[in-house]
Amino acid sequence: MQRAYMDHAAATPVRPEVLEAMLPFFVERFGNPSAVYDLGSEIKAVMEEQRGQVARLIGARSDEIIFTSSGAEANNLAIKGLALATFLKRGKHLIVSAIEHHSVLNSARFLEKFFDFEVTFLPVDRYGRVDPERLKQALTPATVMVSIGHGSNEIGTVQAIPDLVAVCRAAGVPFHTDAVATVGQAPVDVNELGVDLLTISGPALGAPKGIGALYFRNKLRLVPQLNGGIQENGRRGGTENIPGIVGLGRAAELAWQELDEKAVYLAKLRDLLIAGVRKNMPEVLFTGHPEKRLPGHASFCFEGIEGEALIFLLSSQGIYANTGSACASKALKTSPVLGAIGVKPEVAQGSLVFTLSRANREEEVHHVLKHLPPAVEKLRSFSPVWRKKMAAGAGA
Amino acid sequence: MYSEMVMNHFNNPRNAGVIEDADGVGEVGNPQCGDMMTFYIKVKDDTLVDVKFQTFGCVAAIAVSSLVSEMAKGKKLEEAKKITNKLVAETLGGLPPNKMHCSNLGAEALTLAIKNYQEKSVATHKAGAA
Repeated sequence: MQRAYMDHAAATPVRPEVLEAMLPFFVERFGNPSAVYDLGSEIKAVMEEQRGQVARLIGARSDEIIFTSSGAEANNLAIKGLALATFLKRGKHLIVSAIEHHSVLNSARFLEKFFDFEVTFLPVDRYGRVDPERLKQALTPATVMVSIGHGSNEIGTVQAIPDLVAVCRAAGVPFHTDAVATVGQAPVDVNELGVDLLTISGPALGAPKGIGALYFRNKLRLVPQLNGGIQENGRRGGTENIPGIVGLGRAAELAWQELDEKAVYLAKLRDLLIAGVRKNMPEVLFTGHPEKRLPGHASFCFEGIEGEALIFLLSSQGIYANTGSACASKALKTSPVLGAIGVKPEVAQGSLVFTLSRANREEEVHHVLKHLPPAVEKLRSFSPVWRKKMAAGAGA
Repeated sequence: MYSEMVMNHFNNPRNAGVIEDADGVGEVGNPQCGDMMTFYIKVKDDTLVDVKFQTFGCVAAIAVSSLVSEMAKGKKLEEAKKITNKLVAETLGGLPPNKMHCSNLGAEALTLAIKNYQEKSVATHKAGAA
């Protein structure tokens, strides 16, 4: 059966080249990089090489990269680490956007609950973009930092980070961006963006789960969130995950080589998918920004149906995608991102998200375009919500 | 995640549709919360001669509606009212814990449809007697 795996934001297979690079570091080259003898110092050298690869991918210096266990940990370290290092001097106010990843939102709520921070959750426009003017108005003398994600894995929108950074720079407020959705998908340069901290996830690049990184401008102080030894210059305790670090380094190296070509390829597939859905399907809401979006991201809401049911119908055709529907979430809550861009809850239920990778092919997009319309039609055929909508439409 | 029985009913829902001249209609849930079910019934001699449903919701909600319609069809009204959410969930081979509420909706919508029929027939009787 033709298969079309298009849920790469949830999980991406490890690239064979990455796995190959990692393998010697489990059994043969097992040394601890903190050890002073050659078995250790060799590993330390390898680790620093990988740090250089990650740094190069985003235009940073190697000593500005901290390895973490995930993008989520990097977000925690950036937000809690910086806020707790600076609040005595600056104050207890923090700004994040309303459409951030849970690791950002909940780090902010943690500071709110246990450290009496005041958190501003900045609203976004109907495309999911933060208005720099609104950010400017939200800044106070007590603002310790601002965290606004680069790209949204839920609606595909990419923020105008340089414009947002400019506002913060003028006020001397550090800026963090969660770039899990963009690094490796589109060119990302910390100096062009102007950010002070930036989060990277390994799996998004084809490295294994369990590795991530945080970029931070060297002058910044960060309180470690994982207390331990002086690994990562004292900013993150725990013996380094060398196989993971080697995997991330190799994945970053490959991403750097392929970047421009990859973004063009993904955008072509994405546009084919979006155009096909728009052409053949009635009553579909396209979510996120039409142009300022991730190259491999297409997201929709189909009125009158529920996303989990749609996901199951599609998966029986070998099509794998995601949804922000309440029924598909463990907490039974609709995606707050869709709420923030003004999608009505009953429409948000019908959300469907495709995240592509370089492994996807045009035939797979055609496979989706063939099976998506009948799946939506089937669910609408016995949907009371759709029936009411059609009856209202006919009466109007 | 779901049992074979759930997937079977989800993939081939029994009795999905609308009865235009239904004797009773029951509607529960609302689309904002993610689930909405409408049950339509035809009654003859206190027996459910036809049952149809429409459902907006997840895999579990659709499977529950389908099974409830199948269980209810051909039953006497009083028997059909005894279809409980527990029985529905058990017959489906279990539901994930966070989907148990879906099993309530099916039985509830059917019961509401029966109630709607009974209220209407009482009203008709009264109108006939007057």
